[in-house]
Amino acid sequence: MRNTPRRKRYLVSRLNLSAIKAEFPILRREIRGKNRLIYLDSGATSQKPNSVMAAERDFYENHNAAVHRGAYQLAEEATELYEGARAKVAGFINADIDEVIFTKSATESINTIAYSLGSAKAGTRFHIRAGDRIVVSEMEHHANLIPWQELASRTGAELVWFKVSEEGRLDTSNIDELINERTKVVALTHQSNVLGTIVPLDQITAKAHSVGALFVLDACQSVPHYKVDAKALMVDFIAFSGHKMLGPTGVGILWGKKDLLDEMPPFLTGGSMIETVTMEGATYLDAPKRFEAGVPNMAQAIGLGAAVEYLNALGLDDIHAHEVELTKRALEGLQSITGLSIIGPKDLEMRGGVVSFAVQGIHPHDLGQALDQYGIAVRTGHHCAWPLMRRFKTIATTRASFYLYNDFDDIEALIDGVERARKYFQSR
Amino acid sequence: MELDSLYQEVIFEHYRRPLNKALKPNPTIQVRHTNTSCGDEITLNLHTDGKKIIEVSWDGIGCSISQAGTSVVSDLVIGRQIDEVLQIIEAFQAMILSKGSDSGDEKLIGDGVAFAGVSKFPARVKCALLGWMATKDAILQARCSDGEGK
Repeated sequence: MRNTPRRKRYLVSRLNLSAIKAEFPILRREIRGKNRLIYLDSGATSQKPNSVMAAERDFYENHNAAVHRGAYQLAEEATELYEGARAKVAGFINADIDEVIFTKSATESINTIAYSLGSAKAGTRFHIRAGDRIVVSEMEHHANLIPWQELASRTGAELVWFKVSEEGRLDTSNIDELINERTKVVALTHQSNVLGTIVPLDQITAKAHSVGALFVLDACQSVPHYKVDAKALMVDFIAFSGHKMLGPTGVGILWGKKDLLDEMPPFLTGGSMIETVTMEGATYLDAPKRFEAGVPNMAQAIGLGAAVEYLNALGLDDIHAHEVELTKRALEGLQSITGLSIIGPKDLEMRGGVVSFAVQGIHPHDLGQALDQYGIAVRTGHHCAWPLMRRFKTIATTRASFYLYNDFDDIEALIDGVERARKYFQSR
Repeated sequence: MELDSLYQEVIFEHYRRPLNKALKPNPTIQVRHTNTSCGDEITLNLHTDGKKIIEVSWDGIGCSISQAGTSVVSDLVIGRQIDEVLQIIEAFQAMILSKGSDSGDEKLIGDGVAFAGVSKFPARVKCALLGWMATKDAILQARCSDGEGK
């Protein structure tokens, strides 16, 4: 089956794509026969370079022991590697080391905040009660929506949300209504996993802080792709996942301001997070350990450290510039297809490498099935953003999302593949 | 090509011109089934006298496989005895879950055999079953509420 592009275009990238591709063994796989794998689902999870897999393997082969306990050499090495990974992640987002908490996923990171706030006692600054307000948006991934719905229902707080414009931008026209003196939490995505929209934060963070609300940022789609500076952003918490940024599954990050973290009630409790314990009660350590109960996902955290090193070596600015070029070509090529419409911004202003689209008369699941036959892996469905689908009066979209290992041939293959699929279904 | 083994002509016929796709009023039971992974959903109205399926009508949105599947099952079961219908559904389900080893009995499942190719695509099994499972659910619920009534 043919999947070399018809229109070959040589665009310039600042990345050395052939060297990069060589580091990702999975990209040599053949799919549904002899098709080259064209992986365009990095918004769901990224592929892993050799160095990340090697780091995990090396940990198990040479250093495996439970961290922060044991007086033997292996335990020391494991602790050093694990804490070294924390330092790497902290450097990556310009944070202090003690502000970086390893969780199992971004979903767990967000739940950690939501449950911690929910268990804050009456009279403390974090306490949330009936009449308080939690602000989200219509473009949230379920992971940054359901935990807040649940917190609202447990506490009696009111959940309100920013709407999304027809162009796929956050509508902040009613910000003064939404964020008021009763608002305790504002939880927003940094970049929509469906639309690719990057949310401008300055106005919203300023407003949130002016009323004393906490700001939680879901950075799953931003941290892997461009520079996110925890100190410059003026947010209180940031959640992101390791597996979307070349790291292993099973490790996520929660960043929070130290003074907040140290005061907040813990979420998961047990070993490793305590200061003293009696039969009647316990006191807890400060962050990050306060939020890392149990033996952590050590190999995964260390793998994430290797992923951060890989990203640093390439440079986030070059990665982002490359993805903007890919997105530019994808938007242009896809829109030349009859009956195809883009769901999300059609320009490159404040936009990441995620392109959602619909093809008239073809259900995304059918389109994705045809693309799979050509070796092209895209996501189809509601993308865990069901309310956003309703907003655009659809039940599902097809989504292509790009990363540093995608090249222009991948984009041409996508454009060709969609056109081919369209003709296939039209002829049936 | 492999895609053709999935997308049989019969499937497209049902997809383009679905049968019984308009909800009939006053059903014995109404069920709503969703494919949670893609958001496809159907609402299905069942009219039954407790022994026989009198009407199956439905509405919904979804991919070609789920829509055609619902069209096929609705057409197949109207007018049949409930016990027989449950057997038919079981036979279809067995074929769909067979990973390609069961090509289906046309005498029993009619146009359902066109979905034999779907069983080789695990991600689409739920699509193919959506209407069939809604029908089964409606029958079992009708049976339950019938039993309670007695």
